[in-house]
Amino acid sequence: MLTQAEANVENGPDTGNGVIISTRDVNVYYGDNHALQGVSLDINKHQVTSLIGPSGCGKSTYLRCLNRMNDTVDSCRVTGEILLDGVDIYGPSVDEVLLRARVGMVFQKPNPFPKSIYDNVAYGPRIHGLADNKDDLDEMVLTSLEKAGLIKEVQDRLHSSGTGLSGGQQQRLCIARALAVRPDIILMDEPCSALDPIATAKVEELIDELKENYTIIIVTHSMQQAARISQRTAFFHLGEIVETGDTEKLFTSPSDKRTQGYITGRFG
Amino acid sequence: MTCVARLFHLPSVLFTNEKETVMSFYPLVIVLLLMSAAGYWFGSKKALRTVRKSSNFLTPRPHQFGLYVVIWSLVPPVILGVIWAVLQTTPLETDTGAMRQIDQVVFPVMLLLATGAGLYFSILRINPDLRVRKTIEGLVYVLLILASIISILTTLGIVLSLLFETIQFFGKVPMSEFFFGLNWSPQTALRADQVGSSGAFGSIPLFTGTLLITFIAMCVAVPLGLLSAVYMTEYASNRFRAVVKPLLEILAGIPTVVYGFFAALTVGVFFRDLGDSLGIDVVSESALAAGVVMGMMIIPFVSSLSDDIIMAVPQSLRDGSYGLGATKSETIRKVILPAALPGIVGAVLLAVSRAIGETMIVVMAAGFAANLTANPLEAVTTVTVQIVGLLVGDQEFDSAKTLAAFALALVLFIVTLCLNVIALMVVRKYREEYD
Amino acid sequence: MTDQVQEAAGNGWQSEKFIKNLAKRKRAERRFRLTGLLAILTALTLLGILLFSIVSKGHSAFIQTTITLDITFAESVIDPNGNRDAAELRGANYAKLVQDALREKFPDVKGRRDLRKLFSLISNDADSALREMVENDPDLIGKTVPVALVAGDDVDMLKKGYIDRSLAEDDRRVKDQELAWLDVLEAEGDIETRFNSGFFTNGDSREPEKAGIAGAMVGSFYTLIVTMLISFPIGVMTAIYLEEFATKNKLTDLIEVNINNLAAVPSIVFGLLGLAIFLNFAHLPRSAPIVGGLTLALMTLPTIIIAARAAIRAVPDSIRQAALGLGASNQQAAFHHILPLSMPGILTGTIIGLSQALGETAPLLMIGMVAFIADIPGGFSDPATVMPVQIFLWADSPERAFVEKTSGAIMVLLGFLIIMNAFAIVLRKKFERRW
Repeated sequence: MLTQAEANVENGPDTGNGVIISTRDVNVYYGDNHALQGVSLDINKHQVTSLIGPSGCGKSTYLRCLNRMNDTVDSCRVTGEILLDGVDIYGPSVDEVLLRARVGMVFQKPNPFPKSIYDNVAYGPRIHGLADNKDDLDEMVLTSLEKAGLIKEVQDRLHSSGTGLSGGQQQRLCIARALAVRPDIILMDEPCSALDPIATAKVEELIDELKENYTIIIVTHSMQQAARISQRTAFFHLGEIVETGDTEKLFTSPSDKRTQGYITGRFG
Repeated sequence: MTCVARLFHLPSVLFTNEKETVMSFYPLVIVLLLMSAAGYWFGSKKALRTVRKSSNFLTPRPHQFGLYVVIWSLVPPVILGVIWAVLQTTPLETDTGAMRQIDQVVFPVMLLLATGAGLYFSILRINPDLRVRKTIEGLVYVLLILASIISILTTLGIVLSLLFETIQFFGKVPMSEFFFGLNWSPQTALRADQVGSSGAFGSIPLFTGTLLITFIAMCVAVPLGLLSAVYMTEYASNRFRAVVKPLLEILAGIPTVVYGFFAALTVGVFFRDLGDSLGIDVVSESALAAGVVMGMMIIPFVSSLSDDIIMAVPQSLRDGSYGLGATKSETIRKVILPAALPGIVGAVLLAVSRAIGETMIVVMAAGFAANLTANPLEAVTTVTVQIVGLLVGDQEFDSAKTLAAFALALVLFIVTLCLNVIALMVVRKYREEYD
Repeated sequence: MTDQVQEAAGNGWQSEKFIKNLAKRKRAERRFRLTGLLAILTALTLLGILLFSIVSKGHSAFIQTTITLDITFAESVIDPNGNRDAAELRGANYAKLVQDALREKFPDVKGRRDLRKLFSLISNDADSALREMVENDPDLIGKTVPVALVAGDDVDMLKKGYIDRSLAEDDRRVKDQELAWLDVLEAEGDIETRFNSGFFTNGDSREPEKAGIAGAMVGSFYTLIVTMLISFPIGVMTAIYLEEFATKNKLTDLIEVNINNLAAVPSIVFGLLGLAIFLNFAHLPRSAPIVGGLTLALMTLPTIIIAARAAIRAVPDSIRQAALGLGASNQQAAFHHILPLSMPGILTGTIIGLSQALGETAPLLMIGMVAFIADIPGGFSDPATVMPVQIFLWADSPERAFVEKTSGAIMVLLGFLIIMNAFAIVLRKKFERRW
């Protein structure tokens, strides 16, 4: 039997606005390499939070802790506390699979399955049994594609391969695929780094719309992007969080010298 | 016996006349399968009824609950069945009334009870929070591990079966005779009371014969294979490569029995006739014929391994040499081949291990008589030829003659294993150097 | 200044010495290149000789010599009681019909020895053909019909040109007297050649002219089915486990090292394993496809595992990540995405492993598949032989006519191997995915 709180992690919260993820003193080790050192950060509901910092600063590592994707790396060890709606997601009774259904993820390189567009989006609902029948599933696929702003481009070729789309379309397909599982939170790991400026603009626009219904955490190496789309920003450096705050404040008047150095382009 | 047949899913009626066991076996299996099928149906139905559905409320799928019930209804009886089968192999007197009762009545009833209990409790436990996925995936995981362990069991089976017979063999024939004796004539050990004393089990002539044929094979395969690989990697155009490489690979795909036929009927006769015309005495079962044909078989093996190894030499080394004005052949001979040497040595060792273990070519084209000679024009015999000779046909199982085959096979196994381990180590070390 | 230039010209790249040297180096380059090309050509020539010698010996196995005789289906011989009873018709002495026809053709031949020679012109299996004719059409009884009968193997060899008429009579298997008879038949147009369908429909026989490979083909088929059913699932499960689920630990390392070494164990050792485990321990039937299949499955397993692992490893991690990111479990990611995507590669490896198993002989000799078996096996536990073993057995037979049978069987075996490998290549080309 699960406690109510544990059930919440998998089944969805009944809380209002406020903190949805709270991390305390998170340390990550890859073998002997101490990749993340004592990171504490709160993520607000229905906001876009961006994680910025130079390459290798641990921002992606941190992101991958939030849905336990790090579990797939053998040598990886995570300590500290990561609470999703008050429940430690590394707790013994949490099923990482159901956690990942609730905390979706979009990757740096678009990675559609080599199947049809329809099957790509339908895969999540199928394995989780979200649809009762074929009509239900069709409906879900179309809604997700619509939410991802892709429906107009693909509605007449739903059954052609997802790998035949352009890079930007593939990435939006991956977002649609994540949305179809009906997550609360979407993690995005540099989702635009492999895209051209026009495709990037489209994805950014999409992220802005999505924040009405979803909590989004995005890792980006582009400070302009962080400034454009996020409400809160955390600056990572050498495996630690240097500064967290409202995006506007962090970019205009950073309180730490290192943050200032980075955003003015002196390193990074 | 029945149980083994059962393990291999064979109708045991083929091998035994224990009709009763067979009769009660199939109906039992069918009943068990029907019970679990009903369990699947009932489990998924109950899951559909019980499990609340809401948009963000993720629970296991109904079919997963069904599978969960099936697992609980099948795993206990399968475990019991294995115990049952193992008990049947134990050399107990099964014809006594009590044992028969257990065999015919107690176990089937226990199986049915176990299934029923599994069904009952698993269906009772169905609720949305039940971690059925863990159970299902746990079982799959166990099956995968069991499959992986089969390869270890194979090795263990080889080692144990060879070792067991070899120890028996050394109980009859002293080790010193086997390893240092110069005389091999197991066929003369015919009188049962004189095994070991009259038959000679000195294996030195077999090992020298094996080495002679292997050496001849290497003399053919290494230069041809290596030079082919060099030409393919460094000179050949892509089109030439695309055509010739598959052609060479055909050599590796031809069954060894075909090579044996070719060696015995064509090459052996050719060398004999050639010898006749030159006035040299060449027997038609000469080591030369078997060796040359074996070398032919190994050419693609050497060439494709060397191909990989030469390809792994970094381009920067080539560029460095060309940049100094070296010609292509100078680069190959002075830079690429020395750099690739350890890898090539590994490849040759692998080829040697193949040649030593090759059976059909020598069985068909080399001699049966043990002959201690280094003359490639005479007939020699090899370890594998003798194994075949000792074991094919009627044999009493515990004679020194039969056991000798296992002792030879053990030596063969150990030698090829060592060659292989050394070769793989050499190649791996070489690869790491250029990674 | 000038001195230096001259000195440079004396030793440098424009000097006469250098240019001479360069010409020498260019020649060395050409020589080296030629050596490489020669090596490849030698290997290909050897392959060509092998194939040519097989085809030139074997093509005639597919045709057969027949002698047409006027057969009188005398009622007095076939059905003396005149009641057309099926059992009586089957048991009748049809050989007498052939003998009578021959006597009629050559009325001058008298004496037991001469007559026996005359009768040996026709295969002693000819009676079964006549029996079949009568059973299909009882109305033949009492009529005289010209029937093309299979000739004896010596006549067949003579007709195909394998027996030299110009040799002295004592050195030749077909004597002058027989030649004379044959010349008479030839002159009357009674000797013909036709496609040898019996080669594909008959089982093995001591008589070359009626020996066929149907038994061996069916045996190979059953054996290969067993091999596939065992080695494919276990191989794929092992590969999935090692690539997708295994954490790095002692057991995994052991399995890994073990698989690499098993791949290099000589095939004959697997035969001894099969002998010790499946025959002596488990008491499965000797010479049966089930045992052969199990033994070959253990031998093929490493090949399939290694190929399957390579195919699974080739699927990029991003696919796995994508599935996990959607909340698929590790197993769902593996079985829904990784496995289907790597299936073409796995199947290619499996086909190649099975084609090796199809050509394998040595391990099967160890488990008694070398027995002479005339019947076509009807199941997995019937005594059977397989194609390579059939080739081995025929290659050992003394009759001249078995040489062409052997080569013919090799051609059929190579045909099957080519089909399997072509299928594997097509599969790879068609489904190959570049990531």
